[in-house]
Amino acid sequence: MWTFFHKLGSPPWLYSIAGAILRWLVPITLIALVVGMVWGLLFTSPDFRQGNSYRIIYIHVPAAVVALAAYYVMAIAGAVSLIWRIKMADVAMKAAAPVGAALTFIALFTGALWGKPTWGTWWVWDARITSMLILLFLYLGVVALYEAFDNKEAAGKACAVLSLVGMVNIPIIYKSVDWWYSLHQPASIRFTGDSTIDASMLYPLMLMIAAFYALFTCCLLMNMRAELLQRESRTQWVKKLVSKRDRR
Amino acid sequence: MYFDSVQEVLVMNGHGVYVWPAYLITILIIMAVFIAPLRRSNRLLTQVASEVRRANGRVISGSEGEP
Repeated sequence: MWTFFHKLGSPPWLYSIAGAILRWLVPITLIALVVGMVWGLLFTSPDFRQGNSYRIIYIHVPAAVVALAAYYVMAIAGAVSLIWRIKMADVAMKAAAPVGAALTFIALFTGALWGKPTWGTWWVWDARITSMLILLFLYLGVVALYEAFDNKEAAGKACAVLSLVGMVNIPIIYKSVDWWYSLHQPASIRFTGDSTIDASMLYPLMLMIAAFYALFTCCLLMNMRAELLQRESRTQWVKKLVSKRDRR
Repeated sequence: MYFDSVQEVLVMNGHGVYVWPAYLITILIIMAVFIAPLRRSNRLLTQVASEVRRANGRVISGSEGEP
């Protein structure tokens, strides 16, 4: 167990293991995304009340779910780097932020496009939607804050604190549809009790949620690899890596 | 398949104008988040490669050792 943690702190080991994971995870992710999108777009029947506009669910819900999960990853990595000063946690935190921002943007943008035919408006200052917008700003804030510091150690600390403070927003997003009167509907998929969504729609949705989780993992690992290369560009293992690549 | 013709797929009873841009933007953003780290990695590796080559050149010419 401890040797595992010890290895996790080693940049060359992390770089190569991430590469090995990506070699099979990237193709699986892309196939799952294509299958899920085609399934949702062409092979499911329309919703009896919303018609075809509901097909946006297959990207809107997965993007929103994983945007929240990505925030946990970022905040936990931030906490770990603050408390135990583990450099790799700082790398993970920085790698998660832009991906989380992209996912949150997808959720908001597709939500607006779905809102127009369903609620008759692109945007409302509704609890769920506003708290998601705050999530987007938190992600962008972490990205910008990191760039604002010349001292990267100070940048890491500031970003970790920001992402931890931003954690307050997460339960607000989850509970916003229950606490406030909201246009946004409550969750249709429940782990306890019956889901209020038909199986024919649930399966492609589950596939897309899995695909978005895989997408986030891929992007997180790729960002971490790039970040490791930059931080370690003067070390021997990167030079060895480069000469191996040159010979090919 | 649920739809009967390509036209039906595109129009989706009037909802196509919302559904298709949503998917298009999502695909574009996914491509961007996939490609950005790869380009960054490639750029860094090329940069290090040229530095290594320069350093090696110096060692061979004998004018300067590695720092």
